Amino acid sequence: MQKLISAFAIGIIFGVGIAIAGMANPAKVLNFFDIAGTWDPSLIFVMGGALLTAAIGYRVVFGARQTPVFEQHYAVPTSNLIDWQLVGGSALFGMGWGIAGFCPGGAIPALGLGYAETPIFLAAMIAGIVVGRFLKARTAKFATA
Amino acid sequence: MTEFTPWMSLAGGILIGLSATLLMALHGRIAGMTGILAGVIPPATGDWPWRAAFLAGAVIGPMAYVLAGYSIPFSVPLTPTMLIVGGLIVGIGVTYGAGCTSGHGVCGIARLSPRSIVATVVFMIAAIATVFVIRHVIGG
Repeated sequence: MQKLISAFAIGIIFGVGIAIAGMANPAKVLNFFDIAGTWDPSLIFVMGGALLTAAIGYRVVFGARQTPVFEQHYAVPTSNLIDWQLVGGSALFGMGWGIAGFCPGGAIPALGLGYAETPIFLAAMIAGIVVGRFLKARTAKFATA
Repeated sequence: MTEFTPWMSLAGGILIGLSATLLMALHGRIAGMTGILAGVIPPATGDWPWRAAFLAGAVIGPMAYVLAGYSIPFSVPLTPTMLIVGGLIVGIGVTYGAGCTSGHGVCGIARLSPRSIVATVVFMIAAIATVFVIRHVIGG
């Protein structure tokens, strides 16, 4: 129960952060990308603030404790593999982000703002995740066959 | 046009970084929305409850903020078709790329992960190029 309350509270901080930052607003996100047009550089401040805080925070956390409070170990990705799945997937993600103005971390908090557009995007995105999993599993099967 | 909001955006960014720090300190997890969300989509992972709790907080937080009387600007200058096409592409892309803005762009770069640095440079360039094509090549 403690774990769930903690995760819920951290989710609130994340969601409010995204919302006040402007990341849950597709118009603002698209203007950030529109350097040649109605450019709104605000999101540089989001990335800067988030990155700096997390970089310092992680250093403090890893330096202070061998294990996280509720778990046995830190579940940190260890792969350094840069392959076509990473590059191609990220390129596709960027393309979709440029079309719809929503990224996953922007769209979930946007759901709380109560506008009809968000669930449309989210339903399509979840369908995309399911399709992506299916395709990825098939690719893996071909690769090992 | 959207209003330039450096201070609110900086404050929001700091909160995002704070939540990433807390999720690592308490749960040992990366605050990446792609990974957290993927774990609750069937077939869900065994540890789905904390993921669901985080997601519920991420939705209820902004909801409570708005209900408390503060306003969050929101506008979608797009057709439903663009939302659906964009959503599908985002879903497939983050699954192959194993992460999005929060996971790669914030948590990954904060750990200086080479994978995340590459992913972030690629999706930022792709998004800028896509908006350029839509607004200034097709739309222009």
